[in-house]
Amino acid sequence: MTASPPAIEAVDVSRTYQLDGVSVEALRGVSLTVQPGDYVALVGPSGSGKSTLMHLLGGLDRPTGGRLVIGGRDVNALSPPEMATLRNETIGFVFQAFHLLPRTSAVENVALPLVYRGVSARQRRERAAAMLGRVGLGHRLGHRPNQMSGGEQQRVAIARALVTEPTVLLADEPTGNLDSVTGAAVLELLERLNAESGVALVMVTHDQEVAARARRRITMRDGVVVADSATDDGTAHLHDRPLSVDHGRPATLVPAPSAEPRSVSGSGPGHPSGGSGGAAGATGRLPHPPDRGPGSEDADAATGDGSDS
Amino acid sequence: MRVAEAWRVALDALRANRLRSALTMLGVIIGVASVVLLVAIGTGTKQKVEQQVEGLGSNLLLVVPGRIEVGTAPVVSPLTLKDVDAVTRVVGDPDRVAVTIASGATARAGARTDFTTVQGVLETTPAVFTRSLARGRYLTGTDVDTSRRVAVLGDSVARALFPDRDPLGQQVTLAGVRFRVIGVFAPLGQSLGVDRDDEVHVPVTAAQRLWGTQRVDGIAVKAPDRERIDELGERIVAELNRRHPDTEFSAVTQQQILGVLGDILGVLTGVLAAIAGISLLVGGVGVSNIMLVSVRERTREIGLRKAVGARPRDIGVQFLLEAVLLTTIGGLTGMALGVGTALLVDALSPIPAAITWWSLALAFGVSAAVGIVFGVVPAQRAGRLDPVVALRAE
Repeated sequence: MTASPPAIEAVDVSRTYQLDGVSVEALRGVSLTVQPGDYVALVGPSGSGKSTLMHLLGGLDRPTGGRLVIGGRDVNALSPPEMATLRNETIGFVFQAFHLLPRTSAVENVALPLVYRGVSARQRRERAAAMLGRVGLGHRLGHRPNQMSGGEQQRVAIARALVTEPTVLLADEPTGNLDSVTGAAVLELLERLNAESGVALVMVTHDQEVAARARRRITMRDGVVVADSATDDGTAHLHDRPLSVDHGRPATLVPAPSAEPRSVSGSGPGHPSGGSGGAAGATGRLPHPPDRGPGSEDADAATGDGSDS
Repeated sequence: MRVAEAWRVALDALRANRLRSALTMLGVIIGVASVVLLVAIGTGTKQKVEQQVEGLGSNLLLVVPGRIEVGTAPVVSPLTLKDVDAVTRVVGDPDRVAVTIASGATARAGARTDFTTVQGVLETTPAVFTRSLARGRYLTGTDVDTSRRVAVLGDSVARALFPDRDPLGQQVTLAGVRFRVIGVFAPLGQSLGVDRDDEVHVPVTAAQRLWGTQRVDGIAVKAPDRERIDELGERIVAELNRRHPDTEFSAVTQQQILGVLGDILGVLTGVLAAIAGISLLVGGVGVSNIMLVSVRERTREIGLRKAVGARPRDIGVQFLLEAVLLTTIGGLTGMALGVGTALLVDALSPIPAAITWWSLALAFGVSAAVGIVFGVVPAQRAGRLDPVVALRAE
């Protein structure tokens, strides 16, 4: 019962844009909680509000309604500089387009967030180099983005996101610009880091196979969460069904249970939800090492942060 | 730490666009160089004029008939040597009083001629005005008293009439009358385009006889000290007014002349600097323009920096530093260019130019200020960019 405080908590969050005098409701009352160590896939069709939600969760934007608490701090009470500091300390971003600084070496790119934390140049370099080592680029410290492959660039970006030891890693289509082999490797890296360091991984993706690997799936449509495998009970698949139609997929996707049972301890591994197609099935079996402590098990029912123990 | 990063990033940005940075700087370079050069010319001219006025001698009081005003016609002098005696009594020391009666005349020696200014003077002239001789001797009291036809030549006259022989003891004809050369002045050089060595000094009595007159044009008095110079001038003017009730007299000091000249030259320097300042302003607008382009180009970078924790101020400082770097590097280059040009002008042309430290400090300060003033709007714009929008930028 020692539930650690959630990394991010959104309560009835909405976000309305004013475009040429017209109000556009990008988010209409979204409530969700991201727990430390979570592995969440955020899915939904274009325009469903995924990106808006990601920006809010990352503290890049503010809700126009509701309450959003990141790292224990209410975003609505923070000034822009405080938001910047909050991002620096709690959030790591990985973008589809990498967003590395050109003409800047890998190690300097990774060290960038530390600059805004006031870390000395020498320490920055050391920590950035160590982080690059962890993503398998220890031999590429001095390379510039244009001297690296897409996969390597995304690894640099991941190292940059994690060098500050954030509690949440927000990845917006991290494999979207990569071929399937490279993408799979990057995904494995993200999963390994999620497992090893306990950083919560929230990933926007269009790729059902990728989404299927997450321990928890949040589906959005028209600015609301229509399914969250962490909070949904058996009815989750009711929400999921239309999704599968959207994507022109057969009912094989129905196995929302594929994620579901795993949160209900024990039942998961029993039927590796295999139905949902080869790759997804295979990745579904990816044995996540028993991450986190037993503490997270308590939260299982609520958050789906279940381990397969 | 963040500031160090901002410097590094700003320098890097300038390096990444070398040509553009250089062209932007060029505006500032030209502006600062012209400010430095024109202020140097103004200052140099002022200094030279001051030197020359002070070089006349110290604590000088010039007494002339009429008013010293622009637009007033010169007055035919009613002064005679008797008035000079009266002024000498007021002053109390004959060695401190000099007179002049001057006229243009042709000087001839053998086949050579030279049109020059002949000055009739007392033997006191070298003591009152600071004049020194290169050769021979100056006029004596006896020369004046006896109207002796002896002459002291200015350097230019001596060269013109006696290019290849020693003028001492030679005959020179002034306005048709023969004089004997007894001395040659040490050269004084040019002053505002006037050859100060183009003159011949003869005894005032001989000059009066030469031109058939009793008058003298003006009296110069060397006051014993600076404090009582104005009071002495008033007493001299009062005495002369008493003797010549129909004429006004003026007594002016070097300080008054310097004051008037200094004011005129100061205004001139200011106007020149202001004109140059306009080009600096235009350079600043160029900086502002290019910074806006730079912000737009690097919108994604700004978005990313914000995402990883840069505060609005961090971004603003980064772009402000970039602008300030542009203008200060341009300013330093412009200063070097301005100083170099000023030195060349001073050395190779008759226009004097003097570099003053304050003008360099001012030029550097102004160029840095231009960077801040014209960089602040682009920097604020960068700092306020919405990270979400910035990250999406192309």
